[in-house]
Amino acid sequence: MKAYLTRRYRFSASHRLHSDGMSDTENSITYGKCNNPYGHGHNYTLEVTVSGHVEPETGMVCNLVDLDGFVEREVLEIFDHQNLNTLAQFSELVPTTENLSTAIYDILQRGFSKAHLEKVRLEETMMNSFEYAGGGEIRR
Amino acid sequence: MLYLTRKAEFSASHYYHNPKFTPEENQRIFGKCNNPNGHGHNYTLEVTVKGEVDPRSGFVVDLKDLKEVLNREVLDAMDHRFLNKEVPEFFDRIPTTENLAISIWQRLVPKLQAAHLHRVRVYETPDLFVDFYGEE
Repeated sequence: MKAYLTRRYRFSASHRLHSDGMSDTENSITYGKCNNPYGHGHNYTLEVTVSGHVEPETGMVCNLVDLDGFVEREVLEIFDHQNLNTLAQFSELVPTTENLSTAIYDILQRGFSKAHLEKVRLEETMMNSFEYAGGGEIRR
Repeated sequence: MLYLTRKAEFSASHYYHNPKFTPEENQRIFGKCNNPNGHGHNYTLEVTVKGEVDPRSGFVVDLKDLKEVLNREVLDAMDHRFLNKEVPEFFDRIPTTENLAISIWQRLVPKLQAAHLHRVRVYETPDLFVDFYGEE
């Protein structure tokens, strides 16, 4: 039996949306308030969905302790209470929530082997969210 | 095709234990959830059915019927119960959120005539939920 398990996590970070490939005017038009040179912050909510066969021995797709430990160590430790623009991942990439979603997906995809990664969903605020499944279809 | 989701809430207790494991293995794998006296959650259930809209009623399914089936097949059996001790499928199956979603699916499928069951989603807490779409 295949089931899909989703876990929610929270972290807070600051960023500034600014592209070196654009003029100051273009940046201002494109990113609006998000282009403020001093940056601003969000409380992000991250949803990680993994899937797999429910093991009869444990009744689990994967042990939550493993998933929580991985996300805590490899995602939250990296991004929580940081200025995203100062991180290596965003040295040449604008830290939009789109790019943050794909960065987190890639970390999980590369490093988490206990279950199949289906997708990540990232809420920047309660009013907007982004989903990424590595190019795969997202199951509704 | 149109998808309709009905929510319900129930509260129940459970614990995780596999008699084939040693006490140490049970403790290592299930941690706090292995406490034999159980612990509880407020579960939220979302049942999504799909179908074409009936041109006469404008419904995919009569919500009243769906609610009755949910109440009878799931809530009456599980609300304010100790899942391991009072719900037969969990006498020999660990009542994880995964197995709860599968069990609810299996209870609903034979009872839903008009509606086609699409997804069962069970929230154990607001930060943990499982989706089941039937056997794939």
